[in-house]
Amino acid sequence: MSSWAYALAGGVMIGVAAALLLLTHGRIAGISGIAGGLLSATTRDRSWRVAFLGGLLIAGLIGGLLAPAAVGGASAPLAIAGGLLVGFGARYGSGCTSGHGVCGLSRLSRRSLVAVAVFMSTGAIAATLRGVLS
Amino acid sequence: MNACGMRCRVMSLVMALASGALFGAGLLVSGMTQPDKVRGFLDLTAWDPSLAFVMGGALVTYAVISRVILARRGDPWFDIKFHLPTRRDLDLPLIVGSALFGVGWGLAGACPGPGIVAAASGNGGALLFVGSMLVGMWMFSRTSRS
Repeated sequence: MSSWAYALAGGVMIGVAAALLLLTHGRIAGISGIAGGLLSATTRDRSWRVAFLGGLLIAGLIGGLLAPAAVGGASAPLAIAGGLLVGFGARYGSGCTSGHGVCGLSRLSRRSLVAVAVFMSTGAIAATLRGVLS
Repeated sequence: MNACGMRCRVMSLVMALASGALFGAGLLVSGMTQPDKVRGFLDLTAWDPSLAFVMGGALVTYAVISRVILARRGDPWFDIKFHLPTRRDLDLPLIVGSALFGVGWGLAGACPGPGIVAAASGNGGALLFVGSMLVGMWMFSRTSRS
C-alpha cells in the first residue's frame, strides 16, 4: 500500500474518531483544546478529556509495540523549541491541526481558514529553512 | 438526555476513550507520527505531498458525518448540548498564535496529537516535544487571563 493510501486511510480514521467524539460528547476533537482544558484550573469537565487523551496514549503504546517504525521524534533542540512554540501557539491561536484543520475547516469557519492558511505557511517556511540550513 | 447513572457514566468514558484510541490509531496509520514525513510535507525543497491526504481524508469524512449528526440530533449522547465554537471574528492572537504554532510544527515535525501518541510509545524526541508543549501551554495560561 502506498503512502498516499495509508495517509488517506489514517485520515478517514481520524475523521470518524472526531465524529464519534461529537456524537457522544458534543465536543470538537481539537487536541490542543482538550489537553489545554485539563491544564486550566477552572475546567469542570475533566473526565471525558482524560478518557480521550488516555485513548491516544493507549494507541501510542500499542502502536509503539506493533509498528515501531510508524513512530518518530525530532532531535532534542528541535523537539524542545518546536514543542514550546506548538504549545504556546496552539493555545494563543485557539487551536491546532485537528481543531482548526479538521473540525474548523469542515464547518467552513473563517477563523479556522485563516488559522490553517497561516500555520501552513509558517510551517512550510520553518521546515524549508530547516532543510536548507541543515 | 436523562440523568446518567453509573453504567451510563462508564459508557460515556468508554466512548471518549474509544474516540481517542481510534484517533491515535488513525494518526499512526497516516504517518503523522513520523516527523520526517511531516517535515517532508512542509519542506518545499523536498516536497512529499502525501500527507495532504490525511487532512483531506479527515476533513471530508468529518464534514459528512458531523453534518448528519448535527442535522439529526439536538444533543449528543452523553451531554445536554453540543459544545461548538461560536466565535467568528478574526483577531491578532489567532494569527500570531497560528504563526507560532506553524513554526513549531515545521521545526519539530509534530503537533499535539501525533506528539502525544509518539510519546506514549516511548520515543525520546516525542517525550521531549510533549513536555515542552505542556510548558508552552502553561506559559500561555500564565500570560493571559482567559
